[in-house]
Amino acid sequence: MKTYEMVIGLETHVELSTKTKIFCACTTEFGGAPNTHCCPVCTGQPGSLPVLNQSVVEYAVMAGLALNCKINRRSIMARKHYVYPDLPKAYQISQYEQPLCEGGWVMLDSGKKINITRIHIEEDAAKLVHQGGAVCIDYNRGGVPLIEIVTEPDFRSAAEATEYLEKLQQILRAVGVSDCRMQEGSLRCDVNISLRRQGEAELGVRSEIKNLNSFVSVATAIEYEYERQEEILSAGGIVEQETRHFDADTGTTSSLRDKENADDYRYFPEPDIIPVVIPDSVLERLKSAIPELPDAKRARYVEELGVPEADARMLTKYRKVAEYFEEAAAGVKTPKTAATFIVTQMFALIQTEAERENWSPPVTAAQLNELIKLLESDKISRNVAKRVFGQMLESGKPATAFLTEADLVGFNPASLEPLCRTAIAENPKSVEDYKSGKEKAIKALVGAVMRASQGRANALEAEELLKKLING
Amino acid sequence: MTTIADIKRLLTEKKASCRELTQRYLDAAAQTNPVLNAYITLTAEAALDAADAVDKKLQSGAQLSPLEGIPFVLKDNISTKGIRTTCASRMLENYVPIFDADVWESLKGQNAVMIGKGNMDEFAMGSTCENSYFGGSRNPHNTEHVAGGSSGGVASAVAGGLAVYGIGSDTGGSIRMPASFCGLVGLKPTYGAVSRRGLIAYGSSLDQIGPITTCVEDAALVFDAICRKDPGDMTSRGAEPVSGKLTGNVKGLKIGIAKEFFEGLPDSIGKALDNAVSLYKKLGAEVVSLDFPMLKYVLPTYYILACAEASSNLGRYDGLRYGYRTDDFNDLNDFICRTRSEGFGPEVRRRILLGTYVLSAGYYDAYYNKAQLLRRSIVVEFAKVFTGCDVLLTPTVPVTALRFGADMTPVEMYQTDILTCSANIAGLPAVSVPCGFDEKGLPIGLQLIGGKFREDIILNTALAFERETSGAFCKDSGMGVTL
Repeated sequence: MKTYEMVIGLETHVELSTKTKIFCACTTEFGGAPNTHCCPVCTGQPGSLPVLNQSVVEYAVMAGLALNCKINRRSIMARKHYVYPDLPKAYQISQYEQPLCEGGWVMLDSGKKINITRIHIEEDAAKLVHQGGAVCIDYNRGGVPLIEIVTEPDFRSAAEATEYLEKLQQILRAVGVSDCRMQEGSLRCDVNISLRRQGEAELGVRSEIKNLNSFVSVATAIEYEYERQEEILSAGGIVEQETRHFDADTGTTSSLRDKENADDYRYFPEPDIIPVVIPDSVLERLKSAIPELPDAKRARYVEELGVPEADARMLTKYRKVAEYFEEAAAGVKTPKTAATFIVTQMFALIQTEAERENWSPPVTAAQLNELIKLLESDKISRNVAKRVFGQMLESGKPATAFLTEADLVGFNPASLEPLCRTAIAENPKSVEDYKSGKEKAIKALVGAVMRASQGRANALEAEELLKKLING
Repeated sequence: MTTIADIKRLLTEKKASCRELTQRYLDAAAQTNPVLNAYITLTAEAALDAADAVDKKLQSGAQLSPLEGIPFVLKDNISTKGIRTTCASRMLENYVPIFDADVWESLKGQNAVMIGKGNMDEFAMGSTCENSYFGGSRNPHNTEHVAGGSSGGVASAVAGGLAVYGIGSDTGGSIRMPASFCGLVGLKPTYGAVSRRGLIAYGSSLDQIGPITTCVEDAALVFDAICRKDPGDMTSRGAEPVSGKLTGNVKGLKIGIAKEFFEGLPDSIGKALDNAVSLYKKLGAEVVSLDFPMLKYVLPTYYILACAEASSNLGRYDGLRYGYRTDDFNDLNDFICRTRSEGFGPEVRRRILLGTYVLSAGYYDAYYNKAQLLRRSIVVEFAKVFTGCDVLLTPTVPVTALRFGADMTPVEMYQTDILTCSANIAGLPAVSVPCGFDEKGLPIGLQLIGGKFREDIILNTALAFERETSGAFCKDSGMGVTL
């Protein structure tokens, strides 16, 4: 057992996918030529005033509901001051006292709850672009709506932190309030980490690692920081409270500023924005708009649809894949067949996270549904279905384009027994083996039946019948 | 003094074209501004364009809207697209806004004729208008004296006959004080009645735009023209028009007098106020004595809140996007520091420092938080006041116009706001009306404070006084345009 336990809390910034910015009507679209998505409000011109975008409030409330938070029916905006060229007003409009959401949680697969302290809304800063020795400011991102999700110091390992982030990403995507793309910066994470001796209750001195933009970075930064702090503590030293920067290239952290130089944000209530009030009617509407969340969906797939746990996990990881699965499995007898086709053949073809997230496969869910129904009605065999599905994925054409007459002859269930008897007669060794307790020997006999039927027989039924015939 | 109705009559009776009248004001401004320093920028082109549009309309026989064709002055902290808006600061000396303030948008839409942008204390911080980067404005009644602040240029232009009315802004008395010093009517509307969009912020929770005029009816007309609920200002709520409601009848009206507002007044002001009270009694109003013990907390509360908000609002002037920039610097931090040190005047720097201090960790609870609590108590105190009376009558300023260049400490200067800033703290409407002259002949103002959105009551009370005294206290300065 390690001497020190790591204690971690996360602050995650998530860009909300509203059409317009949080305080003006500029588009939030990613990309765009520099400074084409900005106006007097998001560049902080004198006399400009922010007008709070109601959609931002609603998206944030939905995020809060999905993360089991209490929604504060009255919250207030606040000014957070710091001087940097990416902040044109020299303050960020955020929330401090009375945030929009408080007290939620995310459940890890182990059953451990990660508690969420608060979620508040705020504006993103502009982007500094370094160009040949010069620094240029692109205000397109300035004023894009963010939620900041702050957890309690509940994590005890890097794995827990990354699992939480993955869950967070899946939940927010399922609710449709953010695309949570770390590579585009629409999900960014700050890590607060401290160490304490195992069994000790008091928290150690923490360092804050800023702006981590991939799951790998989060894990690497935590591991590095653990080792760094452990080394200090083991040598009898004291960890300084400071803000640290993570270098993704070297996998190390370095000091950004210490406690003495920490910013004094001078928060005070934003006088330009009236308090945010959520009426009953709005809260009810938003509650009813929360879709089934990934964990609930996974449980339903396993328990009600008989999908294997691992497959269900893959399907529910991506909102669009889950939707596709449900359409493909609609009205079929064995939904798990649809799951298998997606998780094996389709995922072999569609491999990257981004592609799976965007999910626009060559075969429509209706076409897959049709194929499964052909299979279930015994018009084609499983092997034929697999082959044809491969061809469908290559071409985007429906199953009927590839089914030959021979494929469609189907299999007459009445011919199963003669085939089984032949297989038993022709493979006495396997029969003996099976009789002497080698369960696996039956597979050789099933294989013989399948070959004889050109793959059209139902293997499960063949196995049943073979056992029955051998056992008399 | 010239009123909106006077100009309207000339125009509708075709005694003069709007262009001729406008030109007369422009000429007078060009001639007299070197003395009064009321205008920072003259906007002849915009004025004449608007005048021509008005003349065309008159020729077609169309009716004019209330402010159409009337020459006016706009305080230089109200954004005018394409026309420089300086806030009387070196920081914004050459700043040209890319959008219009809501009030200017409204007025422009009505062919209001803007003669120019009015001088002011830098960023509206001051009580004498001497804190202007462009030099202070003079009082037309005696140019050895100040016009008052911060909307001094607006009051100076109107009292000096260089505009018929003016639009100022009031954070702690910046409309009412210069109105009082220059013998004019100045209305600070209820917080939220007029949109602040495009008003360059000083203290966002206190700032309000309003009129400075030569008579009460004009104040009502201008108020009606500029108040509206603006979707671009979340704190704006608009207000009901008041002009049609004014009768000048105060019979049965309860006028509250709180002794705290009358402590330590010079004799001349005390006497003018006594006369006003007697006159109201004569007109059938009931005078009620009451207490306002919170008055002693008003000034510290105001200066903590106003400076806190100012320190935040003025953080954006870093020279990166607009405004003054230093040309001698080592790095980014140095650039921002020097730009701000050189671009802001001493009073602005002082208030930014004060505001930063009261918001800092460790001092927040002792200052800002306490001031917020006091603000709530002051609101409650006013609510109590208005259960016992309809309107509170006070002097506007405990002094008359100070001598230009008088040597005062910042604290002495701040104390001149003591009677006006409570209305800003509570967001209430208040009007200053001329009610006398001191021994030097400098105007004295009386202030009427009303309940929220009761501009009708305070203006009606003011109108009763003005009518009964036949406007004797709105004395012509003898300068500028005489019709």
